[in-house]
Amino acid sequence: MSGIVSYGSYIPKYRIKSEEVARVWGEDPESIKNGISIQSKSVPSPDEDVATISVEAARNALKRRPIDPGEIGAIYVGSESHPYAVKPTATIVASAIGADFQIFSADYEFACKAGTAGMQNVKAMVDSGMIKYGMAIGADTSQGAPSDALEYSASAGGTAIIIGNKDPIAVINHTLSVTSDTPDFWRREGQPYPTHGERFTGEPAYFKHTVGASRLVMERAGTKPEDYSYAIFHQPNGKFPVRAAKTLGFREEQYRDGLLTPFIGNTYSAAMITGLSAVLDVASPGDRILAVSFGSGAGSDAFDITVTDAIEDMNRRAAPTIKEMMSNVKWIDYAVYAKFKKKIVFGENID
Amino acid sequence: MGELSSIWRESSHRYRLVGHKCGNCGTVYFPPRDICIKCHRESIGKISECNLSGKGEIVSFTIVHDVPPAFARQRPYAMALIKLEEGPILTAQIVDSDMDEIEIGRKVSAVFRRIREDGKSGLIQYGYKFVLDG
Repeated sequence: MSGIVSYGSYIPKYRIKSEEVARVWGEDPESIKNGISIQSKSVPSPDEDVATISVEAARNALKRRPIDPGEIGAIYVGSESHPYAVKPTATIVASAIGADFQIFSADYEFACKAGTAGMQNVKAMVDSGMIKYGMAIGADTSQGAPSDALEYSASAGGTAIIIGNKDPIAVINHTLSVTSDTPDFWRREGQPYPTHGERFTGEPAYFKHTVGASRLVMERAGTKPEDYSYAIFHQPNGKFPVRAAKTLGFREEQYRDGLLTPFIGNTYSAAMITGLSAVLDVASPGDRILAVSFGSGAGSDAFDITVTDAIEDMNRRAAPTIKEMMSNVKWIDYAVYAKFKKKIVFGENID
Repeated sequence: MGELSSIWRESSHRYRLVGHKCGNCGTVYFPPRDICIKCHRESIGKISECNLSGKGEIVSFTIVHDVPPAFARQRPYAMALIKLEEGPILTAQIVDSDMDEIEIGRKVSAVFRRIREDGKSGLIQYGYKFVLDG
């Protein structure tokens, strides 16, 4: 059965605290921190974007398992902040890791679940025999308008998952998706910042799809929450995934290792799979993982995963772990954040 | 268009640090060379591509304060001469570091970053920069 043969993540080094954003916009920092459960978020350097983050994540996956890049038959990059409107990020990633000329590749877009949609696609391609290995990447340098609630959460990061049949460290037992036309969050073509439905983003969007897909995949797998060592959910803030977990009957020790948003913010397309990456950093053979993404618009991808004995043979320290990337940080204030995120606009022809 | 084609032609070197190795004496070159400067004609037909590790050491550096307009968001920044494990010395920017952390002898590793972009509608050029190890 196919599964995850390697994984790698990248989180930019810079961080800004929620209280610093609140200070600038005259908000009460404690009510912000308590309201969304986000202490700080990652910020990309001015020379980082979804292509650079995807390449670093892909290279970290290849450090953990030295697969010949020529054997990777497909690369799909899911994001809502690709550097080009027309010119796929996947082409840059393929070139940067030295993949073969003969390769399936494309960029995906489905808000925050585009990366997990790529995982499902490459799994199907591996299962059908079209490819030996496939790489799915979820990465974002997400946008939040100044003073908008999203400015506290919209962050940057990426995770690459390589799927194959040969000695997977975690078998994907079941995967399914749910989709509905729900206008909870969108960004029109050419607009720099998204628009969201505020409280409407909760019940009819995040919870309906995330909880619904979780129940469906557990029904298909014949499992109950107590059968899982870990549960990871999309995490637009620190509160929604905890509420979804509790609604489903999961305990804190099952969801805490995969809950990163309180410290790095919402990495959008990378959010759930970077939580999965953090869990794979510490998981043991036999651990069962429920992993459910959510993309606005809206839909969820659910995965029922079992960690195998092969994880013991992998040198997981060959690439930085999520804990290492969460501790090796540089704090910046709002002025530097505004400069890095190009919220300070210079003249023509000046980046 | 001339610049576009050179960016495209050099992308494997800039993206993946692909160098050349002389099959006669073993010297590694970056940027790549078609002829070994030690073996001259003896190296003809014996030059092959090699992937460099991206690991190296700072042998010299300078802090740039008077920056080109495109680097205003990164001021000040460091440019360093880096001796790679395989031998070649190259010039590259050191990123994600405070300027007082940068020292001769520090170990560094290559990362993939934006190098420059041709305005808001032009090509984005990617390539190697370096970060301090540890």
